[in-house]
Amino acid sequence: MTDLPRHCDVLIVGGGPAGLAAARRLRALGREVHLLEREPETGGIPRHCAHSPYGFREFRRPMLGPAYARALGAAAQQAGARIHVGVTVTRLLPGGTVEVTSPAGPARITARAVILAMGARETARAPRMIGGTKPGGILNTGALQGLVHLQGLRPFRRPVILGTELVAFSALLTCRQAGIRPLAMIEPASRITARQPAGMLPRAMGVPLRLGTALVAIHGSDRVEAVTLSHDGTRSELETDGVILTGGFRPETALIRGSHLRIDPGTRGPEIDQYGRCSDPAYFAAGNLLRGVETAGHCWSEGRAVADAAHRALAGELPEIAETPFAVEGAGLAWHLPQRLAPDAAPPAFRRLSMRAAGPLSGRISAGRASASVSTRPERRISLPLPAPDAVLRIET
Amino acid sequence: MTETSFPPKTQIFDAAVIGAGIVGCAIARRLVLDGLRVVVLERAPDILDGASKANSAILHTGFDAPPGSLELDCIRRGHEEYLEIRDRMNLPLDRCGALVLAWDEAQEAKLPELVAQAEENGVTDTRMLSRAELLAAEPGLAPGIRAGFRVPGESLIDPWSAPHAYLLQALENGASLLRGCAVTGGGFDGTAWRLETTRGALRATHVVNAAGLHGDRLDRLLHGESRFEIRPRKGQFVVFDKTAARLARHILLPVPTATTKGIVVCRTIWGNLLVGPTAEEQADRDTAALVPETLEMLVAKGAEILPALAGEEITTVYAGLRPATEEKPYRVETWPGRNAVTAGGIRSTGLSAALGLARHVSGLLAAGGTPLPDPAWPVMPMLAEDGPRDWQCPGNGGILCHCELVTRREVDQALSGPLAARSLAGLKRRTRATMGRCQGFYCSAALAEASAGRLARPMTGPAGIPADGGHDD
Ligand SMILES: Cc1cc2nc3c(=O)[nH]c(=O)nc-3n(C[C@H](O)[C@H](O)[C@H](O)COP(=O)(O)OP(=O)(O)OC[C@H]3O[C@@H](n4cnc5c(N)ncnc54)[C@H](O)[C@@H]3O)c2cc1C
Ligand SMILES: Cc1cc2nc3c(=O)[nH]c(=O)nc-3n(C[C@H](O)[C@H](O)[C@H](O)COP(=O)(O)OP(=O)(O)OC[C@H]3O[C@@H](n4cnc5c(N)ncnc54)[C@H](O)[C@@H]3O)c2cc1C
Repeated sequence: MTDLPRHCDVLIVGGGPAGLAAARRLRALGREVHLLEREPETGGIPRHCAHSPYGFREFRRPMLGPAYARALGAAAQQAGARIHVGVTVTRLLPGGTVEVTSPAGPARITARAVILAMGARETARAPRMIGGTKPGGILNTGALQGLVHLQGLRPFRRPVILGTELVAFSALLTCRQAGIRPLAMIEPASRITARQPAGMLPRAMGVPLRLGTALVAIHGSDRVEAVTLSHDGTRSELETDGVILTGGFRPETALIRGSHLRIDPGTRGPEIDQYGRCSDPAYFAAGNLLRGVETAGHCWSEGRAVADAAHRALAGELPEIAETPFAVEGAGLAWHLPQRLAPDAAPPAFRRLSMRAAGPLSGRISAGRASASVSTRPERRISLPLPAPDAVLRIET
Repeated sequence: MTETSFPPKTQIFDAAVIGAGIVGCAIARRLVLDGLRVVVLERAPDILDGASKANSAILHTGFDAPPGSLELDCIRRGHEEYLEIRDRMNLPLDRCGALVLAWDEAQEAKLPELVAQAEENGVTDTRMLSRAELLAAEPGLAPGIRAGFRVPGESLIDPWSAPHAYLLQALENGASLLRGCAVTGGGFDGTAWRLETTRGALRATHVVNAAGLHGDRLDRLLHGESRFEIRPRKGQFVVFDKTAARLARHILLPVPTATTKGIVVCRTIWGNLLVGPTAEEQADRDTAALVPETLEMLVAKGAEILPALAGEEITTVYAGLRPATEEKPYRVETWPGRNAVTAGGIRSTGLSAALGLARHVSGLLAAGGTPLPDPAWPVMPMLAEDGPRDWQCPGNGGILCHCELVTRREVDQALSGPLAARSLAGLKRRTRATMGRCQGFYCSAALAEASAGRLARPMTGPAGIPADGGHDD
């Protein structure tokens, strides 16, 4: 296997767009970097997204996911980052020591700074509280793409797709590539979540879009045989051989929840300050791990920016972390990021305060001197310039 | 894929055990250890596919079993034998103990009676606890708790590694296993049984009916009558994330009612926290459907007992069917002059009672045989959260399922040997692959690759079209 170091300057956990961007950037700044990836290859989610668009921001051209993943990996490698695949981080200890396991068995690595970039995944079936049985043929988009693009398998022929976030349209494209013809796209809300023109795709593919429709139950013993749908209180059965559960991204925080690091209940990711530092300043975080889903390009930029901050931290240029998150007054936000603000002593990795509404929200949001009036839905981005550390985030509706 | 080939017509087994649920597995082991040549017949592609696929995984002490009952006797003896053999077979045990909790005056009034019943049942180490003592022992309990008592012997085990170990020991000591082999009829000629199965006919001098949810039907096939009727009783569960496990140190039991032990909150041996089961009668013997409203009720119930549970994530939900009958007692029936025993109606304590019940059935069967002087003892893979686990050992081939830290070597081992997994569900029960937080988001593809060509119902279905994709258990 790979020669894992016992000590290093910077250790990156996760080799998706965020982790690879951070690795390359730190090399450019002259730091020794080791990156740990549990899969046999780096690239993260785009490895199995055999569709566009990826790469505008990073390579200035549209790319398919796998090519994009390879390009990011090659760039990090060429820059001199030491990349270790097949290595799973199993535990985070205070001060920047991590426990890992690989085919060679367990080991420990201590770094002066650790950047966490473990990404996000879609919500599985159970938290969605869908009734019925648990046959085979119920997949998230991520698992579907893994079967189709990594293994060349076709798990079903006529599934239904639940959800209309952007990723649901990736699922549609994957189906098209694999010769799978979805029977319907189902959305409990009265309109699709993704921005137009995504909504054109189902029509173009001849897949009926059923809005205001809930998936109540799944039936079948070995394989999915049918689903029960509910529309305006009326139930109906639809024969189908699979269910694709899309979206509902949540940060992959298994490691963090078992650690000393603080989790923010809003984002479900680690609590960070404007430098991307966690509640233990030896740890930084970037990418979808912070808050469910953003585009790969966005995560890549975060990886670079947090790499800069980590570099400064090693040079002793960052202020002490704030003891507690800053104050929020008023309700209506699902989350905001960063949650802590240290004194403003170096250029921040996060220049703006990002937010999302918990439901339809109209009113005024202010932080320090900046404020904005909003009329927004949960899936839309809201942001304000980063306020001073003693500022209060106020929501008035 | 190893599977015993169908035995030649000339072969006569000493005993055929029909049904490879927990009960059949334990009985097969006991009969083999007692010196019999045994064949096990299971209609599903893999074992543990009936009542035994879903339970609360508690190794009971019998403190609340009906005094003087066969059930109590089997639980006591079964529990004891599990403790005797578990080190040798590498079976886990979390001796966390249970707290029986009273939340109102009426329940509190019942506690002394329950403690007296435990005494009578031979469970003499219970202790009454005041409200303050309960809160000290279990700090997460809701403040409304009034009183309770502790039963130190109630324990948690792996509900699948135990029966796998029992059957594997039978197989390693000479038993034959036929899966995908349903018994469809049979007759006794005064010396031996001829059993008709979906894979052909075979002969055995003795027959044990361990068909669980189909026990009454099998008795009618074999004997033309059944002395009981199976009335399946569904139990639904909600399983919370591993971070929730810290919230309960003990198995938290309610004061039982006449019909059910009630809803339990406890950890699992794999480090999760579960809330359940319900007790719902239904006619269907094969499908345990999940009902969202009931699951919501369980989530709410869990948070009533442990308020901090409200913020925890749900990892999975599942449901199982108890092979209950019209009466509460176990229905162990003998058929004089017909060399047959029925182990039926093993309702809600079969995991705890199986080893004891197996001894009882072997005694009733009285098929002779000389106990094996030096039987082989299989060593099971350890899947308990506190290990030691394979991912901690070199040469494991790397992690395949990241959430449950299942290694490639573990998956390969589960797919080989005399009790190799033959279904995706069976592979999950043996390894826990895809049973963690992401439920297959990350590892479905790798699992499909690792199991390709090795399952009877593969993830890649017939004609190159993949069948089972991700979830089920
Ligand atoms: C189906 C789908 C389609 C998408 N389509 C698009 C699109 O068309 N365009 C677009 O811009 N974005 C798209 N996205 C989003 C994009 O893929 C993500 O924004 C991006 O991959 C996030 O990058 P990341 O580095 O934060 O995380 P990830 O890409 O998730 O990478 C995280 C990495 O960390 C590794 N890891 C996790 N835990 C550990 C551990 N304990 N030890 C070691 N390694 C670990 C993982 O194996 C993984 O490789 C899509 C996402 C999905 C799911
Ligand atoms: C919700 C719930 C919670 C429980 N909690 C606990 C607990 O915490 N502790 C505890 O000790 N017990 C518990 N139990 C009880 C325990 O799970 C059962 O007692 C046990 O599983 C019964 O096993 P069995 O072998 O009798 O039946 P089954 O598991 O149903 O096995 C019978 C087998 O026979 C096969 N079969 C049927 N007909 C034929 C045929 N004609 N030919 C060939 N094969 C056939 C079936 O396919 C099946 O595999 C619980 C049960 C449930 C449902």
